[in-house]
Amino acid sequence: MIKLTVPISDESIRSLKVGDSVLLTGIIMTGRDAVHKWIADTFIKKTRQPAGDDLEVYEAIKPMLNGGLIYHCGPVVGGLDTKQYRFVAAGPTTSIREEPYQGDVMHHFNMKGVIGKGGMAAKTLKACQEVPGVYFHAIGGAASLIAQSVQKVVGVHKLDFGVPEAIWVIDVKDFPVVVTMDAHGNSLHDVVRQQSKLVLDRLSA
Amino acid sequence: MQDLTEQILELVRVTSTDLPPDVEKVLVEAYEREEPGSAAKGAMETIMANVAMTRKNSTPICQDTGTPIFFVHYPEGYNPRLLREQIKSAIAQATKKTYLRPNAVDSLSGKNTGNNLGDQHFPSIHFEEVDGDTLTIDLILKGGGCENVGMQYSLPNDPMKAGRDLEGVRRAALDAVFRAQGEGCAPGFLGIAVGGDRGTSYDASKEALLRKVDDHNPNPDLDALEKRITDEANQLGIGPMGFGGKTTVMGTKITATHRLPASFFVTLSYMCWAFRRRKMTVKGDQVTYE
Repeated sequence: MIKLTVPISDESIRSLKVGDSVLLTGIIMTGRDAVHKWIADTFIKKTRQPAGDDLEVYEAIKPMLNGGLIYHCGPVVGGLDTKQYRFVAAGPTTSIREEPYQGDVMHHFNMKGVIGKGGMAAKTLKACQEVPGVYFHAIGGAASLIAQSVQKVVGVHKLDFGVPEAIWVIDVKDFPVVVTMDAHGNSLHDVVRQQSKLVLDRLSA
Repeated sequence: MQDLTEQILELVRVTSTDLPPDVEKVLVEAYEREEPGSAAKGAMETIMANVAMTRKNSTPICQDTGTPIFFVHYPEGYNPRLLREQIKSAIAQATKKTYLRPNAVDSLSGKNTGNNLGDQHFPSIHFEEVDGDTLTIDLILKGGGCENVGMQYSLPNDPMKAGRDLEGVRRAALDAVFRAQGEGCAPGFLGIAVGGDRGTSYDASKEALLRKVDDHNPNPDLDALEKRITDEANQLGIGPMGFGGKTTVMGTKITATHRLPASFFVTLSYMCWAFRRRKMTVKGDQVTYE
C-alpha cells in the first residue's frame, strides 16, 4: 500500500502505475458537474463573466488545486442547520460526465489528478501524461465507509449549487483508492473495454 | 385512513441503510468468486464492509440515494391522494435525518429544492388499486450512475443483428452491459422490458426489479434467457467497478408487455450493486417490512 499526502509532487505521480493501491491524506475538495462547468465557462473558456463570489471562490481553490486533487463526489452532509458540517456518506460519482472539462481543468490549476469512479477517456488520459496526473478510482457505493476517512469538513463554497454540487473542502486521512489511469498513458478502463469487446463480438457473432 | 407517515419514514430508512438479504447473498457469492489479491476482490471487500457498517450505523449505503421510486398497491378504503402526501412528508423528514441526500433539482434553474420534493414526478409514485384488504408499498432507491447507463433499443437493429425475437433481446442486453462497463457501479442487476411504448417500457423495466434475486420467471423461455444473459454478461469480464473480474451482473429480470405492431422496444434498467429495494405491508394496524 502506497501512502501519499496532498499536495503531491510530479515525481510521486510519475512513480504511480495502473493497479497501485494508494491511501490519500490531506486537504482536497469535491467538485462535480456544476463545478466543472462553472470553472470551464468562467475561467477557462470565459464565455461568462465572473459574478457574485466567483472570483473570491476561484482565489480560494487555486492554491488548493495546485498539486492537488478534485474528488468527484456529491456527499450526504449532516449539520446543515447548525453549519457544524459532517460527512455522513461520501462515495464517488461517475467521472465520465466531466470528460469534456477535466483535462483543461487539470492543466489550468496544475492538478495532480482526480478521484472518482468508472474511469475517464482520451482527453483526460492525455492531460494525465502532460500535467502530469493520475486517475484515482474509489469504490462506488461504499459511501459510509469512505466518509470515515474524512477527518473534518474544512469549509464549503458555492452551497447555492445544492449540497451534492457544492465545493466541499475536506481533510482526509488514508482515503483508499486504486490507480486506474496513470501518467504514462495506461488506462485499466481501456484494457477492460477492449477485452470485453472481443467477448461481446464472439457472443454476438 | 390511518396516518402512515412514520411507517413510511421507517421504510425509507431501512431501504437506504440496510441492503436486503437476497441482494447481500449474491454479493457474498460475487466476493467469493473473485481472485485473491485482485482489484476486483478488493472492491468487493470494501463493498461488504460498507454494507455491514451502514446497517449498524443507519447511514446511507450510497451517498446517491437516488430517485425514490414507490409502487403502491392499495385496497379500497385507502386514499391515494392522502398516501401521496404522507409519502412526501416521510421523504422530506428522511432527508432532514440524512437517510436521503437532497436530490430534486429543477432542470431549468439548476436549483436543488433541498428536501427531495420536486414536481409531481419527484418522488416517483405509482398507484394501483387492488382487491383484498392489504396495502403494500415497494420502494427502490435508484442512483443516477446506474440510471444513466440504462438503454432503450428499437428492434430490428441491423448493426447488432438484433431482430424482433428473444435472440434480439439477448443481443441488446449484452450490448447495454458492455456499454455500461463499470460506470453503473458493477456488479449490477438488469431489469428488462420487452414491448410497450417508450414510456411504459422504462416503467416496466424498473418494476421487473421488484422480483427477488433468486426467484424464477413463470415463463420458462424468459427464465432461461434471464440465466443466459447473466452468464454471458459475466463472460464479458468487466467485473466489480469495471476493474476486470468474474462478476459483472448478479441477476436479470425480464418482463414482456404488449406493444404496437410497429414498435418493438427492448428497455434495460441497470441497477447498481447497492440494490436498495424494500417492501412494507400494512394489514389492519399490523405493519411489516421485508
